[in-house]
Amino acid sequence: MEVKVMTNVLAKNDAIAADLQRLFKEKNIFVFNLLGSPGAGKTSLLEATLKELAEEYSLAVIEGDLYTAKDAERIHKLGIPVLQINTVGGCHLDAKMIEDALSELDLDKLDMIIIENVGNLVCPAEFAIGEAMKVTVLSVTEGEDKPLKYPLIFKESKAVLLNKVDLLPYIPFDKEKAVTDIKNLNPEVSLFEVSCTAKTGLTEWTDWLKAQIEAVRKG
Amino acid sequence: MHEMSIAEGIVDIALDTLKANEGHVIHAIQLKLGVMSGVEPDALQFCFDSVTKNTAAENAVLQIEMIPLCGKCLDCDKEFSVTDYVFKCPHCGSLAISTITGRELQVASIDMD
Repeated sequence: MEVKVMTNVLAKNDAIAADLQRLFKEKNIFVFNLLGSPGAGKTSLLEATLKELAEEYSLAVIEGDLYTAKDAERIHKLGIPVLQINTVGGCHLDAKMIEDALSELDLDKLDMIIIENVGNLVCPAEFAIGEAMKVTVLSVTEGEDKPLKYPLIFKESKAVLLNKVDLLPYIPFDKEKAVTDIKNLNPEVSLFEVSCTAKTGLTEWTDWLKAQIEAVRKG
Repeated sequence: MHEMSIAEGIVDIALDTLKANEGHVIHAIQLKLGVMSGVEPDALQFCFDSVTKNTAAENAVLQIEMIPLCGKCLDCDKEFSVTDYVFKCPHCGSLAISTITGRELQVASIDMD
């Protein structure tokens, strides 16, 4: 016999993610899911961002990594509370992992939680983890073809940062093409051009982030 | 390789449905998969075969129906097929587009006894 089901495969994950989203909203915490390839500069961006915002806001970081605590150690050095989730080979974080990790954070005291996902442009795009939005880092050394090769992640992101723009004079990256493709996929996206090494473009990014935190604070 | 967790999700749904209907064997599972779901059908088939081992879905066939990417213009209300990932209305040029199909990752039905 044939039984009609019509059930989303990720329904269980999505239900936990929706609960987490409600919880963060209730506590007025702005949470974003930081995505990008391995080596795109997610952790460097995180360091620069935390340094800029730590005085004004109460922050915490959840670090997703396959096996190591290397990124978490970098964040810990800045004096920011950080939780490490090792996925042990898993290519993405899921909502249950975040739910389990949260008991170690004092949610009543936080303004923002940044969740750095596993470095990967494919799988993390598919799994909601309770975030208010996704933010993707694309470094210019990865090539301008990436938005069309990995459309979902660029379609789903509220903001995209082009990182390592200080290297543009030395590499054949067609910035116009990359920006056009990203905007075709996602006309509403906020785009930032930054270099975490040369420390350019970061103020525009952190100002935008402050606006998001303030909006959530006000409820 | 998130196809492994996706395959596990599919088999969980199938086994839950089997139990709810007091069946004992799953013959086939029909899945709707959007072209922009982020899931690679070949990888999914491979993972499906390995996660069904020693379950009531052991010899089941995973039938994947690919769903094309379609948008609807929020300004002129026309529906169109999205090509080259350009989310722009071909009729009026609007950028206010809602994705109506192409993101599916849904178990549609299950053949069982």
